[in-house]
Amino acid sequence: MKKSSGRSSSVLWKDIKKNAACYGMLAPFMILFLIFTVVPVVMSLPIGFTDFDMVNKPRFVGFSNYRALFFSDKIFLRSIRTTMIFAFFTGPLSYILCFLLAWLINELPPFFRTLFTLIFYIPSFAGVYTVWQLIFSGDMNGYLNSFLMDTGIITSPIQWLTDGRYVLWVTIAVQLWISLGAGFLALRAGFQNIDRSQYEAAAIEGLNSRWQELVYITIPSMKPQLLFAAVMQIVSSFTAGTVAQNLVGLPSTDYQADTMMSHAYDYGWLRYEMGYASAICMIIFLMMFICNKIIGRLLSADDL
Amino acid sequence: MAHRLKASNRPAGRKYAGTVGIFLFLTVLGIFMAFPIYLTVVTSVKPVEELFIFPPKLYTLRPTTDNFSDMFAALRENRVPFSRYVFNSVFITVSVTVLQCVSVSMAAFVLAKCQFPGSKAINALIVTALLYQSNVIYIMQYIVLSRLHLINDPAALILPSVASPMGLFLMRQSMLRMPDSVIDAAKVDGAGLFRICRQIVIPNQKPALMTLMIFAFGSAWNIQSGSLIFDEQYKTLPTAVMQAASSGMARAGIAMAAAVFLLIPPVIVFIFAQRYVIETMAHSGIKE
Repeated sequence: MKKSSGRSSSVLWKDIKKNAACYGMLAPFMILFLIFTVVPVVMSLPIGFTDFDMVNKPRFVGFSNYRALFFSDKIFLRSIRTTMIFAFFTGPLSYILCFLLAWLINELPPFFRTLFTLIFYIPSFAGVYTVWQLIFSGDMNGYLNSFLMDTGIITSPIQWLTDGRYVLWVTIAVQLWISLGAGFLALRAGFQNIDRSQYEAAAIEGLNSRWQELVYITIPSMKPQLLFAAVMQIVSSFTAGTVAQNLVGLPSTDYQADTMMSHAYDYGWLRYEMGYASAICMIIFLMMFICNKIIGRLLSADDL
Repeated sequence: MAHRLKASNRPAGRKYAGTVGIFLFLTVLGIFMAFPIYLTVVTSVKPVEELFIFPPKLYTLRPTTDNFSDMFAALRENRVPFSRYVFNSVFITVSVTVLQCVSVSMAAFVLAKCQFPGSKAINALIVTALLYQSNVIYIMQYIVLSRLHLINDPAALILPSVASPMGLFLMRQSMLRMPDSVIDAAKVDGAGLFRICRQIVIPNQKPALMTLMIFAFGSAWNIQSGSLIFDEQYKTLPTAVMQAASSGMARAGIAMAAAVFLLIPPVIVFIFAQRYVIETMAHSGIKE
């Protein structure tokens, strides 16, 4: 037993030495990644089992945060539902939109490719919530109300940002608007990297319509980017919360647009109950992890 | 004809009607998407009295730079000259972008194309890190930075942003599609891993690299000093501009002016990077 483990460890050592160049190239990234991402993540894992107000030392409380979440926090249970609705509408829809737009843009001449990519991408990093408040403003001065009243669709202004019936849908619309970010650009890059000779060969074989090209050449060669976009979509739709906070406030009317992430924000940064907030984040993480595994299965990727 | 074929990656005989249809569809959607941005720009040049006209106008009668000059006036009240904030932000943005593109490209290459002890575990670790979003991380990052004596040091804004798991995942996914035969051929010719990465893989991965650059630039440009920096002279431009936009005479116009002002550099970098990718990639593509 001892002998065999000794031999296998020496084989491992040889394997490591043989790949020294790999480790050397990995080192700059890994050192910074370990110090500034892995260490903080590992340090934060146990916080969900403590009572931590950021001033005093964390105090171990076992599962009581989790018990409180599932058995007495009605707003949290409600936020799970909101998050699910939110993720269901923004996730798949925005994923399809990312792919469809990236594909259609790629069919255009170069100048228009840059123009349209820019137009669709700007919202994701512009951070212009003020303008959406002007658009959805509840008085007659709001752009949407004014437009709808001019055209006679409604007769009195709608309180888009405070009426419990609308806040979630307004948030979903704005979230969709900003959702053509990382996944979209990665897919655009993927389209640009496809080997052109494949299309030429296909044309000779008689494959001619855009549709056939998409199904037989483009999608199979874009699998890695499709996977990337899917993961980014899961992350952004499950951790959404900033749009709602900036647009309809926290808490929103009747907690209609409060997602799990905004609930965590509420407890963490407004009430300084970091232990509780941390437990919420852990549940979000587990949900995303499961969702990720399912997507990985669907796209038959073995490393998710 | 042969030239057009290559440049537009579309087989011969494709009808133009389809392209026109696509163009029209994207234009309609594009107008809808661009509307809030357009409105932001228009509001930033609207004089105050026009903000309350009913019905609200989609254009301005008398464009003015008042909002911008008010924002700059508020910025001038700081103890540190405006150019100092610009320098801080440019320095941080360029450092993060360069360091991130270099370290991420190298790491992504070995993780995508080499099998070595631990490579699978590292790949899994990176995807997991991408999924783990918790508001406690910032506190822990602060603790780590203070242990390293980096609080109030510009490095505190640079180093944590360099090793981006998202950037690595993006580059690795893109490199997976590179044919192994090309890399093996270079190995047979005696090229080291670093040389293969720099001379063969990276030139082929320009679209992904430019995408990474756009992300890195965009997020680094928006870095706010927060609680990591307390010396005014090390604060970043977004921190100062946001302060100016919300201080004293807070009104929609100034917030819009600030947003428009901060949006300009990322947009320029984006256009430059996209044009570059489209032009260089139209005629290349490694064949197996």
